[in-house]
Amino acid sequence: MNSWGVIWDSRNLLLQGLLATLALTGATIVGSTVVGFLVGFGRYRRIPVLNAVLRIYIEVFRGTPLLMQLLFIYFGAAYLRWDWMSIFLASFIGLTLFQGAYISEVFRAGFESVPLGQREAATTLGLSRFNITKDVVFPQTLPVVLPPLFAQYLQLIKNTSIASVIGYAELVHEGQAATNLGANAFDVYLVLAAIYFIVSYPLSLAARGLERRIVNRRERVA
Amino acid sequence: MIVQATDIHKSFGHNKVLKGVTVEVEVGEVIGIIGASGSGKSTLLRAINGLETIDSGEIKVMDVEVHDRKSAHRVHQYVGMVFQQFNLFPHLSALENVTLALRKVKKLEKGDSNELGMAALTRVGLGDKAKSYPQQLSGGQQQRVAIARALAMQPQVMLFDEATSALDPELVGEVTKVMRELASEGMTMLVVTHEMGFARETADRMLYFDNGVIGEEGTPEQIFTAPSSPRLQQFLHRVLEK
Repeated sequence: MNSWGVIWDSRNLLLQGLLATLALTGATIVGSTVVGFLVGFGRYRRIPVLNAVLRIYIEVFRGTPLLMQLLFIYFGAAYLRWDWMSIFLASFIGLTLFQGAYISEVFRAGFESVPLGQREAATTLGLSRFNITKDVVFPQTLPVVLPPLFAQYLQLIKNTSIASVIGYAELVHEGQAATNLGANAFDVYLVLAAIYFIVSYPLSLAARGLERRIVNRRERVA
Repeated sequence: MIVQATDIHKSFGHNKVLKGVTVEVEVGEVIGIIGASGSGKSTLLRAINGLETIDSGEIKVMDVEVHDRKSAHRVHQYVGMVFQQFNLFPHLSALENVTLALRKVKKLEKGDSNELGMAALTRVGLGDKAKSYPQQLSGGQQQRVAIARALAMQPQVMLFDEATSALDPELVGEVTKVMRELASEGMTMLVVTHEMGFARETADRMLYFDNGVIGEEGTPEQIFTAPSSPRLQQFLHRVLEK
């Protein structure tokens, strides 16, 4: 059978891989956004000890390869005999912590873009800290945060492929399986690249659309 | 006595900004505060409503001990503040700016808060700008919205921290007009300003800040026509020449 024939026969394999990629992507987008938001907010508030801890977290996860982090978590859990640690969970935790470190800086920069005078004005009106953050700071953070946040999500989709190294059966992993069945590697990776593009491009378009809407709103107002 | 600040000291690092300032304000008094930049005027206002903690001294507003960090936040129910940079919330319309604290702090229903908000905007002559966003308003209009926002909370004292300094000269008048009206209605006001004409006409009492202390104090008449200290004479000479 020729290479393309093998790829066609492997279509269910590839589809499962795609679904696994999407599942990991979806879970990690949620996870890393929550982690990034909390860490970014913690850093923004500059609570002494917490701030140092969070900085260490960010530096460690931005300063080491994602590949190494996944291996460390997966095999580290095995070493500690944490039987509950599945491949998916290890991938999810690793990617969430890795991407969350970057996303936290996106949120922190967003919070810090709101002038101090905004908090002060809200304080003099008697608003509680919670309301100042929720009703004054956050809404102003959104336009600043959304474009770089989407850029992180785009990165994240592609970074899920690294989970194949610890055996997560996502798209690249299943593509490799197809090559093992006799498909030409070049053809397989061409197909995978196309699939990644088809998944990423709408997100890219959405990011650009959002950005344009925000800019439009600003210009309409100005 | 509505505001009582006694022997206030405040440093930023090695920079002593307030070196023993005592100010007492009676209900309905309008205090004009002048002095070179960095002389401590703004820091005093910010200390009075708890935006700045003080190193020593006592500040009392109504029944609130502002120097006590635990009770300091209660001062905001009595004291409204207007900033040099307006500090309107850019994501909210003029009316929403005015009603945010009514809804979140006073817990009013939307209908009630909108009614009070419209009344406050009308009071500063901006009833027709309720739906406008800050960026759509001139500097003078923005500052009037900021005044309305503070007034809507029905403060007992209003602090103005160089409220007209960021405005184009032709827009100063519309803001000082609102401030004059407030003064004539009996609002207690502490006004840090570079508008000497306004201070002279409106203030009951003037404070001249010099290097962290009150260098001279008196009626506008005394301060402007018969300044006793050479420093104040020089200061007035400099600002009035412009």
